[in-house]
Amino acid sequence: MSESLHYKTASELSLMLADKSLSAVELTKDVLSRIHKVDEKIKAVTHLDEEDALGQAKASDERRAVGEELGALDGIPIGIKDILAVKGQPLTCGSKILENFVSPYDATSIAKLKRSGGILLCRLNMDEFAMGSSTENSSYFVTSNPWDLQCIPGGSSGGSAAAVASGEAILTLGTDTGGSIRQPASLCGVVGMKPTYGLVSRYGLVAFASSLDQIGPLGRSVEDVALLLHSIAGYDKKDSTSFKLEVPEYRPELHEKKGPWKLGIPKEYFGEGLDAEVRAAVDRAIDYYRSIGCKIQEVSLPHTEYAVATYYILATAEASSNLARFDGVRYGRRSEKATSHVDVYSKSRAEGFGEEVKRRVILGTYVLSSGYYDAYYLRAQKVRTLIRNDFLKVYEEVDALLTPTAPTVAFKKGERASDPLAMYLSDIFTISTNLAGVPAISVPCGSSSSGLPIGLQVIGKPFQESDLLAIAHSFEQAHDFSKVHPSL
Amino acid sequence: MANTQKIDIDYVADLARIALTDDEKDLFSKQLGDILGYIEKLESADISQVEPMAHAFPVYNVWDEDEPDEGLSVDDALKNAPAVRDNMFVVPKVVE
Repeated sequence: MSESLHYKTASELSLMLADKSLSAVELTKDVLSRIHKVDEKIKAVTHLDEEDALGQAKASDERRAVGEELGALDGIPIGIKDILAVKGQPLTCGSKILENFVSPYDATSIAKLKRSGGILLCRLNMDEFAMGSSTENSSYFVTSNPWDLQCIPGGSSGGSAAAVASGEAILTLGTDTGGSIRQPASLCGVVGMKPTYGLVSRYGLVAFASSLDQIGPLGRSVEDVALLLHSIAGYDKKDSTSFKLEVPEYRPELHEKKGPWKLGIPKEYFGEGLDAEVRAAVDRAIDYYRSIGCKIQEVSLPHTEYAVATYYILATAEASSNLARFDGVRYGRRSEKATSHVDVYSKSRAEGFGEEVKRRVILGTYVLSSGYYDAYYLRAQKVRTLIRNDFLKVYEEVDALLTPTAPTVAFKKGERASDPLAMYLSDIFTISTNLAGVPAISVPCGSSSSGLPIGLQVIGKPFQESDLLAIAHSFEQAHDFSKVHPSL
Repeated sequence: MANTQKIDIDYVADLARIALTDDEKDLFSKQLGDILGYIEKLESADISQVEPMAHAFPVYNVWDEDEPDEGLSVDDALKNAPAVRDNMFVVPKVVE
């Protein structure tokens, strides 16, 4: 058996499982041994039940042996961000307030993964309640970037990106509220996608900012991401913002759609603060698209400069409301020092929440408080309309936009930890798409002189994930960036 | 919005029901002042002709058939509770 099974794609492994040159148990054992070998350094995994994972693999092999109908991900080990409910498994959201919580039900995306035969392998580290861009805000431990262990993996889905990059999972699920899938995917050199708001049910996803949160796939190829997206997408009556639409077969369409496309370069994304090496790599990617006959044109998203400010009003306001449910009454931590009912709330939350979560809940409470609502929250909701209209307007002229995913490569641990505003600005290229609700994908497009990965972001039209994936796939197939792996 | 950079941290922490330490109050007051200063840039956006948007693709009047469905069992619903007695959550006395 090849030593590098854990670095093969789900598409390759599915073929090996189909022709019986590999069993799901062998594959799962290989990935488990990879976790044992490297997770001491990476620290991506928050929970691992090997017996359960091997049991799922055995069940997949048995389905195959008796000729039962198989799912699209049958036998493929998949890591889950520790914010999605899997019945009977712990769910911490990287927070001490949920230290001993066990999910009583499955998220819809998880139930769909189970139906598609995927093996739920492990749970993965994250910034507490998905608030952060470095995974340093986890209350348990800090995850390392597989390309340089001194650097952060990005966040908040840092565990999901680092696990894919280090071969600790074949595919992973993350969540993206302001860039939390795409930014770590970019910093770890993997593919990560935020679908259109409403494509994937949020039922069973612990809410941070409900109007922005989306679940999405991470993998080592665009094809794998398409495969996983197809398995989790679709209408769900348990999520009232879920969209009723027929989910296309994303994977076959990758090969059918070959362009050429009309691609826009938003000039606001190429200004101050963009690292020169990142810019050069993205410029080379733009040259590639030009070389295959795509029409490239500069476009403007004039309200981009307001995106970060708008986001930090809306996201913290929604968070302050959503996180009110952590009150120490029905589940989660209750302070032993609480003597009154108000104590149960305020002391349990003081003990259970980490610094960034407290900071954001306080900010969100402030912007919603009496006398400030119109000045902050209502104004931000109106600016969101302007930001969305910017996108809808440029989509009258172009099929998709090309931008950097993050302004810099991975930064050193601790570097931005004491300056929240500097940390918030690392999401500057990803936040607008959440506010506008449009889909976007990050695909590796090079590396810096220090060997750290750089990501190209392709931003697409609402619910046109097929085109978005095909555009990213075209670039990926013409380059080898997704085929190199960190040495660990 | 111009003179709102000073947060009344005691008032807001009480609203948020988080018992902050004095050190946290000092730290957050300063940091949130910086963040609110940054957020002030929204004042220059022209929003006079714009409707607010709650989320990107509004769907209206979402109805579902009123059919009974299997919910959580009492045991499952209470399994994560900090304190339970007779199928109920136990909390400190609310009314004297």
